Amino acid sequence: MGLGFSDADLQAIWLTARLAGLTTVLLLIIGTPIAWWLARTRSRLKAVVGAVVALPLVLPATVMGFYLLLVMGPQGPVGQLTQSLGIGLLPFTFWGLLLASVFYSMPFVVQPIQNAIEALGERPLEVAATLRAGPWDRFFTVVVPLARPGFFTAAILGFAHTVGEFGVVLMIGGNIPGATRVVSVQIYDYVEAMDYAQAHWLAGSMVVFSFVVLLALYTLNPQVRRF
Amino acid sequence: MAQNGIQARFALDYGDFSLKVDLDLPGRGVTALFGHSGSGKTTLLRLIAGLNRTRDGYLRVNGVLWQEGKQFVPTHHRPLGYVFQEASLFAHLTARGNLAYGMKRAGNAAMGRDALDQAVELLGISHLLERRPHQLSGGERQRVAIARALAVQPRLLLMDEPLAALDLKRKREILPYLERLHDTLEIPVLYVTHSPDEVARLADTVVMLEQGQVRTQGSVSALFSRLDLTLAQDQDASAIIEAVVLSHDDHYALTRLKIAGGHLSVARLQRHVGELVRIRIHARDVSLALDEPGTSSIVNILPAQILELRELEQAQMVVKLGIGSSEQTLLLARITRHSCDRLRLHQGQSLFAQVKAVALMD
Repeated sequence: MGLGFSDADLQAIWLTARLAGLTTVLLLIIGTPIAWWLARTRSRLKAVVGAVVALPLVLPATVMGFYLLLVMGPQGPVGQLTQSLGIGLLPFTFWGLLLASVFYSMPFVVQPIQNAIEALGERPLEVAATLRAGPWDRFFTVVVPLARPGFFTAAILGFAHTVGEFGVVLMIGGNIPGATRVVSVQIYDYVEAMDYAQAHWLAGSMVVFSFVVLLALYTLNPQVRRF
Repeated sequence: MAQNGIQARFALDYGDFSLKVDLDLPGRGVTALFGHSGSGKTTLLRLIAGLNRTRDGYLRVNGVLWQEGKQFVPTHHRPLGYVFQEASLFAHLTARGNLAYGMKRAGNAAMGRDALDQAVELLGISHLLERRPHQLSGGERQRVAIARALAVQPRLLLMDEPLAALDLKRKREILPYLERLHDTLEIPVLYVTHSPDEVARLADTVVMLEQGQVRTQGSVSALFSRLDLTLAQDQDASAIIEAVVLSHDDHYALTRLKIAGGHLSVARLQRHVGELVRIRIHARDVSLALDEPGTSSIVNILPAQILELRELEQAQMVVKLGIGSSEQTLLLARITRHSCDRLRLHQGQSLFAQVKAVALMD
């Protein structure tokens, strides 16, 4: 038992890191095209899509969790789909938790990227086009490097927010060791059991982790943004 | 059958702004798209670049179709170079990286390197290549941007007011480079500007735009001497004349120039004999005499014919003159209505133009 963490704690930490890491990667892949579209479209749907993406910012986790549970459940469209594909049902599995996290953390990834792309404006893309760069080329050689601070912020916020998730986990994932029992749930368990010493180890680590992440964000980003 | 030059037909209507042009532009030399802001000159340039798109446009550049009906070659497949009003260098790349960006994509690395070296040399930026855009002055940035556009070996160079965002000092810094461009480039250049001075210095042909329409198109000297345009009515109205250096007189520090229909003596120019120069004679520096002035301190007295007269505000007149027998050289004179009446000036009259000052354009 190193550093005062129990094996169960370490398992929860590893699970949390895996969940947050995968969520961040998925969100960078899914969120970037959404952010791109939101930043550049003149469609009237922009407001609608923007509002949907932002919903998790204002909704209680229980509401999000409740509907995700219904959608992924045996009668829900996603549940029907996963069942017909032979995957079974997603609630109370790691993958169900991952899917929920992607929704729940989406605004934290989409919005910084969207802001960065909006701030870039049309000009660098036009310049690249006059220098023979096609659309994909323009994206990877102009947008990504110039919007890097935005992507950086998005990844950090997406990761940190998934680590800090609790309500949705309880609703969708429950409390299954190795599959859905993440750090925040583990802490909840300790507190319920009045095991404050163990709770302190994990809770204190979360405080330190979150502080370091935000510190990194606020100190590194202005530097990156300078050019 | 390949047709040379640039044929462009565009029509668009944004409600508060509409554009309708049908142009046939020369396939080489500098063509200025000249007009006030809102005249549609930048929009026209962007349509030619493919950065803006109209449904029923037609564009052919030196025989190659770029747009017709549904056929539309996207910007990145058009062999053009584009210089924006702000240098718009990529902030994440050095000056060299900016130059290499287009060169790499334009293909033919060996020829590209030559084009790059040439562009670097032409714009005098070899000492700036390792710097990032934020370490360059506004003028230096714009020079790198021009070199970047040249390094892709374009078949057509488009420049959108490349000097407009710069202060006077930076403008003076860049103009010589643009003039070198004018002298060395073999490709057609479309140059958007609202500055008569830049037109006079750089352009061979001018397209004057007004409210999205072509007001007139012609040579620089013809445009500057059109009395119905504001250029000739302005305080700074002047004639732009091409001249050849004939000889130098070192004793009096004078240079003798040949113009169509006559000669001019000007202060000693640092130019070789036989070189072509462009000069500017302000209308306010030209006075008129009915008889040849025998004794005068004015050296340049040219026989002329009145082609046209026009009244201006405040009892001023502007007179368009043809020099020599064939009237190939056009000159403007700005005089008072009082003088005009006293000399009984009228169209077709022969007289003498006294030129008090001649300015070299480049």
